[in-house]
Amino acid sequence: MERIEIDTKDSIEGKSRTETLMLNMGPQHPSTHGVLRVVLNLDGETVVKAVTFIGYLHRGIEKLCEHITYQQCLPYTDRMDYLASICNNIGFILTVEKLLDIEDEIPDRAKVAEVILFELGRLESHLVGIGTNALDLGAVSAFLYCFKERERIYDILEMVCGARLTTSYPRVGGLPEDLPDDFENAVRSFLKAFPKTLNEVDRLLTRNKIWIQRTKGVAYISSDDAIDLGLTGPALRGSGVPYDVRKAMPYLGYENYDFEIPVATDGDAYSRYLCRLEEMRQSLKIIEQAISNLPDGPFIADLPEVVLPPKDLVYSRMESLIRHFVIVYEGFKTPPGEVFHSVENPKGELGYYIVSDGSGKPYRLRVRGPSFVNLQALPRMVEGRLLADVIAAIGSIDIVLGEVDR
Amino acid sequence: MSFELKAALDSLRAKFPNTIKDIKTFKDETTLIVERDRIREICSHFKTEFGFRFIVDITAVDYLEVKTTRFEVVYLLHRYGSDFNENARIRLKVELHEDDLKIASVTSVWSGANWLEREVYDMFGINFVGHPDLRRILMPEDYEPFPLRKDFDVRNREPSKESFKRALDEG
Repeated sequence: MERIEIDTKDSIEGKSRTETLMLNMGPQHPSTHGVLRVVLNLDGETVVKAVTFIGYLHRGIEKLCEHITYQQCLPYTDRMDYLASICNNIGFILTVEKLLDIEDEIPDRAKVAEVILFELGRLESHLVGIGTNALDLGAVSAFLYCFKERERIYDILEMVCGARLTTSYPRVGGLPEDLPDDFENAVRSFLKAFPKTLNEVDRLLTRNKIWIQRTKGVAYISSDDAIDLGLTGPALRGSGVPYDVRKAMPYLGYENYDFEIPVATDGDAYSRYLCRLEEMRQSLKIIEQAISNLPDGPFIADLPEVVLPPKDLVYSRMESLIRHFVIVYEGFKTPPGEVFHSVENPKGELGYYIVSDGSGKPYRLRVRGPSFVNLQALPRMVEGRLLADVIAAIGSIDIVLGEVDR
Repeated sequence: MSFELKAALDSLRAKFPNTIKDIKTFKDETTLIVERDRIREICSHFKTEFGFRFIVDITAVDYLEVKTTRFEVVYLLHRYGSDFNENARIRLKVELHEDDLKIASVTSVWSGANWLEREVYDMFGINFVGHPDLRRILMPEDYEPFPLRKDFDVRNREPSKESFKRALDEG
């Protein structure tokens, strides 16, 4: 490190020094949402240049998955966007189902349950996104309301799959076991209670003078720039581009639900906040439609080559025991080929690209994480702006470093 | 205006003769295998002529001892329709021989390609000519091997051992 001599005589006489200052922010900075490191070149309080360094949480998930069966890959997908792990899980399962060409065999009950869980995951992630963005800018109470409600969603997830954060929930072919009896009641009582909190957060922030001053016009990105940079999710819709995978390339039967894609046109942090808020309302609408149409019937497809046999048969019948052993040990066989499947994760478009060589393990698994691509926009959002706006910008892109680094 | 794949291919063939080596369709996804030397022009043609303004993904696959050309660089392009059901996607592939790992960068077509290409370089060691800032992105800068290559030995990660030892020695 270069030692800087400060000439006290100059400053006493009123001459000021004019060189730029290098400021290192992160990777342990509390408002970089994980281990993001940004090196800022500052002229006074204005950011001249921002350079992003990532990779501190790189675990090589893509490499690890080349050595394990498809079903074993599922827990790794939890650990990418861990604020909405259920969405990653469902996205991965859908990709494998597309590769196996068994989408039409999935029972309706599993599909509708997955829609409910997917939207709960979106609520969970947006609550954290808005809450932490507000917390970084000093609004602690909104954060507490958000996190209180997020716990309720975790209670429902715990009821369904036993885990709160790292769900690893559905299986290729449907659900591993039927939904618990009180699932419907739990979701319904959540639907009743949640709008109250949402309105509270809305009232706390939307017309709050400090919040508006800290976010309006801050971290601006034009719609052309947003498309050029490949942004997706609220970061893109906040700039006025109405692109949502649920509408553009529907999966899980999203085309049958009645919901809108909220778009805000200002392209600033406030617009992205408004998008997230309205998206939560739309998610509630989807969950409401799904829970009132949750069909009875089978919860997993009848596909002996892919789906594990029921446990009681494994213990009582030789054939089932062998089948269980083969599927667990070797994995199910997939047709050779390659598929790319996208889902609309809370943070943007999550795509999985699987290259299969016909064996039970993926030859290559590529994850197109929305946070990774969206984070590219950070320098364009903050250069020429104030240092304090960097915090607002990072919060408003809503990144999770587990997904940036994978 | 919806996207017509056939018309697009005809226009591409007329403008760039002999660049499309093969067309594959699997599970309703179209893949064009194109000539390496024209990739930037083809991408820019797709963007300006057919409105593929969004680069979804750039990645690579290592086919060590599976195919004669070892690497494939994969581009996934997306076109926004004025209506939701008019969206279109196309996948471009370029085959690369192991002894000449160079390909033109498409950052001038889409800025979003910047980090995606850096990741491919970081993981596979493929050089993108014309990239403004081709550095490692996820791995440390002094790291030498390319982890997603098939000949990378996951059990014997010597370089990481060395850097660990060096960090201990230097305190």
